[in-house]
Amino acid sequence: LSRPRSPANRHRSRPRDPDHSPSTEEKMSRSQAPPSILDRPLGRPASSSGGRGSSGSGDGVSLSAFAYLYSELVQYHQSRVASISELERRLESAGYGVGLRVLELLAYRARESKRETRLMNILHFISSDVWKSLFGKAADSLERSIDHADEFMIVDYEPITSTYVSVPADLGQLSADAYISGIIAGVLEGAGFTARVTAHSVAVEDGEYTKPPSVPNLPPRKEKAVFLVKFSREVLARDAALER
Amino acid sequence: MAPLHLFIVNKSGGLIHHRPLGPKAPQIGTNEWLRIGSTFHSLHAIAAEASPVRLPGNKNPYGADDGIEFIEAGGLVLCCLQTRTGVKFVVTAEPGTPELDLMLREIYVLYSDCALKDPFYELEMPIRTDLFTSAVDALLEQLESRNTKSSADRPIVRF
Repeated sequence: LSRPRSPANRHRSRPRDPDHSPSTEEKMSRSQAPPSILDRPLGRPASSSGGRGSSGSGDGVSLSAFAYLYSELVQYHQSRVASISELERRLESAGYGVGLRVLELLAYRARESKRETRLMNILHFISSDVWKSLFGKAADSLERSIDHADEFMIVDYEPITSTYVSVPADLGQLSADAYISGIIAGVLEGAGFTARVTAHSVAVEDGEYTKPPSVPNLPPRKEKAVFLVKFSREVLARDAALER
Repeated sequence: MAPLHLFIVNKSGGLIHHRPLGPKAPQIGTNEWLRIGSTFHSLHAIAAEASPVRLPGNKNPYGADDGIEFIEAGGLVLCCLQTRTGVKFVVTAEPGTPELDLMLREIYVLYSDCALKDPFYELEMPIRTDLFTSAVDALLEQLESRNTKSSADRPIVRF
C-alpha cells in the first residue's frame, strides 16, 4: 500500500465489505475486526423493558422516527391508488421483502441445521422469534380458527405501525398493519408455506388486555390487530402427510 | 379553577380544532368559533409588532417568542403557546386555574404524536383524528385527578 501511515488514514471510513479480509498491515493496527454485518444486532430491542419509544437508548430506532417514515410510506401509496384494498396490497408488498430477509437473517443467526417443515413450528417461530427481533416482544397470542381448519390468527395488542394512526370513517375497514401482514407472508413464503395473510382491527373487550400502554402519554388502545393466516390447500395436505 | 375551552389556530389564522374542556364551558357556535380564531390570530400578530421591546434571540425553549402569551381578565384567563411553525394552542380557563402552560405543552406533544404522525391527517386542515380527542380527554382526567389531590390554594407556579 502506497498510502502514508498517518492516523487520519487509518480511521477513514470504507464501505464495509464482508468478503474483504483485512491485510496483515491492518490486522496489526486493529486488535480485532469489527463484527460482520450478519452478526451485528438489529437494534437490540429486547434488552430493556419495552425498549421502544425512548430516545435516550443508544441502540434501536425511536418509535417516532419509524412512525414518521411509515406515515410517509402510507401517504405515498394512498396518493397513487384508487381503492382501499389496493392500498392494503401495496403495503403488504412493501412488507414482503422485509419478511424474506428477516427469515434468512434469523435462520442464519439461530445456526440450526434443520429448517422448519411443520406448520405449527413455523407459526411458533413467527409469533415468538420474528416478533421478538422486530418488535422487542413476542406476539400476544397464536390461535387456530374453529370454523376453518386452514386459518390461524396471530394477535398483537399494540402493533407499532398503527400506534399513532386514526383511520377516518370513509376508509372503513383499512388496517394500517397491512405492512406487518406482508412481513408474515414473506416469512411464510420464504419458508415454503404459501399463505394469504390479512390484517384486521378488532375491538378489544373490557378487561381483555391489562398491561399499561407502551407509549405512556396515549390512552390504552381500543382495537387490537389480528393477522389472519390462510394456508393454501397443498400446504395443509403436505402437513397432514408429514403427520402420519 | 377549571379549564374552559381549547382551540388551535393554524399558521394562516384558520381554526383547526376547538373543544370544551369542562362542564362549565359556555356553548359557542361554530361560526363564532371561526371568528374567535381569526380575531385571536390577528391580535397575536399585532401584539408582536406593537411590543416596545424585542428580545434578542429566542428565550422561549418551547415555541416562538413574540405575541400574546397570557391574557388576564376579570372572569377569565387565556393562555397561548405559539410553536415555531406558527400553530397556536390557546386555552381559556377560570381565574386561578394552575398549570395552564404545562397543559398547553402536553397538548402540543399530543398534537405532534396523534395528528402529525397520522398518515390520514392533512396539515393545516381541521383535526378530526379520534386518537387526538381521546388523548386530550385522558390528559384532562389526569390533570384533574392531580389537582383535586393537592390542596385547594396552591400558588400558581410559572416557569
